[in-house]
Amino acid sequence: MQITSTTETIAQWLTVCPLSRIIPNTGVCALVEDQQVAIFRVGEEIYAIANYDPFSQAYVLSRGIVGDRQGVPKVASPIYKQNFNLITGECFDDETVRVAVFPVRVMYGQVQVGIEA
Amino acid sequence: MTKKNLIVIGNGMVGHKFLECMIAKGATDDWNLITFCEEPRVAYDRVNLSGFFAGKTAADLSLVEPGLYQTHNIQIYIGDKVDRIDRTSKTITSANGVTVNYDKVVLATGSYPFVPPIKGKDAAGTFVYRTIEDLEAMSAYAKSCKVGVVIGGGLLGLECANALKNMGLKTHVVEFAPRLMPVQVDDAGGKVLKEQIEGLGVRVYVNKSTTEIVNKNGNVHKMLFADGSELQTDMIVFSAGIRPRDELAKVCGLQVGERGGIVVNEVCQTSDPDILAIGECALYRDRIYGLVAPGYTMAAVAADHLCLPHSNSFNGADMSTKLKLLGVDVASFGDAFGRTEGAKEIAIKDAIKGTYKKLVLNESGSLLLGGILIGDASAYGNLLQLVQNAIALPPHPEDLLMLPRESSSFSMGVESLPDTAQICSCNNVTKGQICSAIQDNGLTDIGSVKKCTQAGTGCGGCVPLVTDLLKAELKKAGIEVKNDLCEHFAYSRQELYSLIRTHQIKTFDELLERHGKGRGCEICKPAVASILASAWNDYVLTPFHAGLQDTNDAFLANIQKDGTYSVIPRIPGGEITPDMLIVIGEVARDFGLYTKITGGQRIDLLGARVDQLPLIWQRLVDAGFESGHAYGKALRTVKSCVGSTWCRFGVQDSTGLAIAVELRYRGLRAPHKLKSAVSGCTRECAEAQSKDFGIIATENGWNLYVCGNGGIRPQHAQLIAEDVDQETLIRYIDRFLMFYIRTANRLERTATWLNKLEGGIEYLKQVIINDSLSICAELEAEMEYQVATYACEWKTTIADPEKLQRFNHFVNSDAPDPSLMHMEERGQVRPASEQERQLIQG
Repeated sequence: MQITSTTETIAQWLTVCPLSRIIPNTGVCALVEDQQVAIFRVGEEIYAIANYDPFSQAYVLSRGIVGDRQGVPKVASPIYKQNFNLITGECFDDETVRVAVFPVRVMYGQVQVGIEA
Repeated sequence: MTKKNLIVIGNGMVGHKFLECMIAKGATDDWNLITFCEEPRVAYDRVNLSGFFAGKTAADLSLVEPGLYQTHNIQIYIGDKVDRIDRTSKTITSANGVTVNYDKVVLATGSYPFVPPIKGKDAAGTFVYRTIEDLEAMSAYAKSCKVGVVIGGGLLGLECANALKNMGLKTHVVEFAPRLMPVQVDDAGGKVLKEQIEGLGVRVYVNKSTTEIVNKNGNVHKMLFADGSELQTDMIVFSAGIRPRDELAKVCGLQVGERGGIVVNEVCQTSDPDILAIGECALYRDRIYGLVAPGYTMAAVAADHLCLPHSNSFNGADMSTKLKLLGVDVASFGDAFGRTEGAKEIAIKDAIKGTYKKLVLNESGSLLLGGILIGDASAYGNLLQLVQNAIALPPHPEDLLMLPRESSSFSMGVESLPDTAQICSCNNVTKGQICSAIQDNGLTDIGSVKKCTQAGTGCGGCVPLVTDLLKAELKKAGIEVKNDLCEHFAYSRQELYSLIRTHQIKTFDELLERHGKGRGCEICKPAVASILASAWNDYVLTPFHAGLQDTNDAFLANIQKDGTYSVIPRIPGGEITPDMLIVIGEVARDFGLYTKITGGQRIDLLGARVDQLPLIWQRLVDAGFESGHAYGKALRTVKSCVGSTWCRFGVQDSTGLAIAVELRYRGLRAPHKLKSAVSGCTRECAEAQSKDFGIIATENGWNLYVCGNGGIRPQHAQLIAEDVDQETLIRYIDRFLMFYIRTANRLERTATWLNKLEGGIEYLKQVIINDSLSICAELEAEMEYQVATYACEWKTTIADPEKLQRFNHFVNSDAPDPSLMHMEERGQVRPASEQERQLIQG
C-alpha cells in the first residue's frame, strides 16, 4: 500500500473503517475531526481528498465515479462531472481549482487517515 | 369600477380564439364579453371540415370546451346575428331584436364562399362548402347522386373533392385557372398535382370556364363550358374563393377596400378606433389573409391591444402551408414563385414517384427563399427552418431535394444551426463560440472543449450537441473522427454491445481486460453498466457493478444540487388510489420532503438525505410501491389520459394500456432515458407524439409513433404502424426498443438516433415491421428475458443489510451530512444557498 504523504508531520492516524467496507473502485466519506474526507479505493491503491465539491458547493465527491485519465487516478464529481486528480487534488477541467488531499494508508486491513500536527 | 362592454360579432374560429386570448389575459375582470354567433352552434374547426365526412360529428369538431363561456361569464347569442352597429349611440342591434351598448366592438365576421355569376347557379343541387349546415345539406342530397363536380381547384376545392369522393360520387374538379391551386403552386407543380389527383380517380379540368348550369325539372343536370364542351352531373359545389363579410361595416360607414374587406391598421383597428376587425373579414395593407394562422395572430394582437394599447402588432403573416389533399402532400412556403429580384430556382420532377420539388434561392444561391413540394412534403419543416432562420445552404443545395434523408440530417444536425444559436443555455455559449474555440485552440476532445468554453459544464444536456459540433469541426479539418467511447475503449457503444453479447461478458473488469485499457472513467463505466443491464439484467448494485453506476444508479435516487436525493415511486400510467396517495403524503410529511408533481404523472419527493433513502423506501415498499427508475437511463413513465373508461371522446382504454406497457418495460435500461405515453383518442391529451414511443388510440386499434423527443431540441414522433391490435403493438415496441438499445450511441435519445439512422423512418419500418434484417425473433427473445427477470431494485436493496451500509453519509459515523440545510418557501423546504448556509452557521 502506498502512503501518499510524508509521515513526519503526521501527529496521529485515525482509523476510519476496515478496507472491506469500501467496495473496490468506489469511495466512501469519513468524518475526520469535523472535516469530510472522501476516501477512494482504486485497484490496489487508496486515496483521500476533500469531500467538498467546489463547483456544486455540496459534499459529494465520495459518491463520484473513479477511474483514470492517461493513467492518472481521478474521480468525477457526481453533480457536474468535473474531474479531480486523486493524487494532487487538482481539477482537470479548471486548473484554478484544487481540492485538499489527505494522507491515507491501510494498516492491518484498516483504512487510516493522517491528521497533521 | 363598472365593467366595459366588449361585443364580439362572429363566433367562428378567429372570434373564438379572440375570446380565449381575452380569458387568458384575465380581461374578464374589466370587460363584459358578449358574442353573437350567427350559426346554430359555437365555433368549430372549419379547417378540418372534411373530417365531417370521415365520421366526425359536429361535437368532435367543436373548438369550445363545454362550459368555458359560462365559467367566464361570456354571454353568447347563438343563432343570432348583429344587423346594425349605431356608432353615434354606440349600440348594436341583432336580428332577434337584442340591443346592447358597447365600448368596443370586434368584428370577426369571417368570409362567405364566392359563387360566380353563372347562369343557372341557383338550381337545386348546387352547394357551397363552408359550414356544417352546408355539409349536412350536401350529404343529404348526395344520397341520390352518382356524379359531383367541384367548381374551383384551390385548396378548399380539393378538400371538397375529397369529401365528394368519400361520399362515393364520381368526382370532377373544374378550375378556371390554367392549374390547380394557383395561389400556392406553379405550373409544373400544378401539373404533377393534377396527375396525382387523377391517379386517385378524381377527374381534373383546368383552363375551363363554366358558362351555364342546365337544370332538368329544377335539378342540376349538366354544365356547359366556354370551350363548347359539357359535363353531366347530379350536383355542383362552388369553391371559387372567399369574400370578406364586410356588409355590417359598410352599412355603418367604416372604411372598406375596393374589392371588399374591412380596412384595419397594425393593431386591427378599423377606421373607427372603437371597432376592431380580425380574421378573414379584415383587410390589412390591401390583403385578406384567408388562412387560420394569421387570423389567430390578429386575434392575439387585438386582445393585446385592448388590454394594453399598442403592446403588440400585426405585420402581415407567413402564408406557408403544408397540407394533405386527397392524400397528396402539398406544401408551399416563403417566396414560392421566385418573385424576389434575382431569385433562382432548382426544381426536380420525378414522374415515377409522382413528386415535384422546387427550391427558390437568392441570386448567389446561398439562401433558401421559398419552395414548393408536391407528392412528398416531408422536407417541409426543415426547409421552412432554412428560410425563416436564413441559414446558409450547403454547397450543393440540390441535395436538399435529391436525398431527403441526407437533407434532413443536414438540417436537423448541428451544422445547419446558425453561429448565433445558443448551444449551452446554462452558460450561454453559442455555436460560433464553440467552433472558434475548437479551431483556434486545435481542440480534439470533448473535455478540452468543455474546459475552454464552459459549454456542457452546467446541466450537461448539451454535451451530445457539443460532441456533434466537435466531430463536425474535426471532420472539416480533415482529422479522422473516431467513434470511440473514451480513452479506455477503442470501440463505439454499439460495438461494445455486440462484444458483450457475443462473448457473454458479464462484468466491466472482464470487458476492460479483454477489450480495453486503463481503469475506466465516468464515461465508459455507466455506459457499460447500462449495456450489461440491458443484456443480462443483473441487480445493479452487486459489488462488481456498484462502482460503475452514476451516483443516481448507485443510490437508486436522483442526486440534487445540494447532494440530497429525490425519490419517485412508480405510478404506472399515472393511476393511483387515494390510499396510495395518502401513503406518499405521509412519507413526505414524516421525512420533511418537498413534493412536486412531475411532467410524467408521478410524484417527486425531494430533499431526502442518503441515510433516509432506505427508510423512505421501506415505507413505500411496504405499502406496495416499486422503484420508478427515475434515476436510471431506463424506462421512466408511460403517461396516459383517462381514455374511454371515463372520457366521452375516448375510443380505447388508454389508461389500461399505459399500465400494461409501463409494467412490461419497467426497469428496462437503455442508452438514455425512455418516455412513453398512451392517448385514448386523436385529441392526444397524453402528448404521445413527443415521446420515445407514443401510442394513440384509433377506432380500429392503436397507432404507434416512435422517436419523439421534448428536451433540448424538440422533435415529433413519427408514425410507424397504424391500427394495430394490442398484441402486435407490443411486439413492435419490443423490437423497436431492443433495436434502439442495440444500436444507439451512449446517451443518444431515440430522436437523435433516428436522425442519424441511414434511411430514417422507412428503414426503421423495414427492420421493425418487415423484419428486413431477420433479427426480430432475437429482439423479441431479448425483451422477453428482460421482462421475465425484472425485479424492483429497491425491494432487493432494503432486504440486504450489507447493501444498506452504503446508505450512510459517513463510513465512520451515523451522523447525517452536517452541511445540509433547508429553508422554507411556499410552505415547503428547499436547499439553503451557500450564503444562507454561512449565515446560519455564523
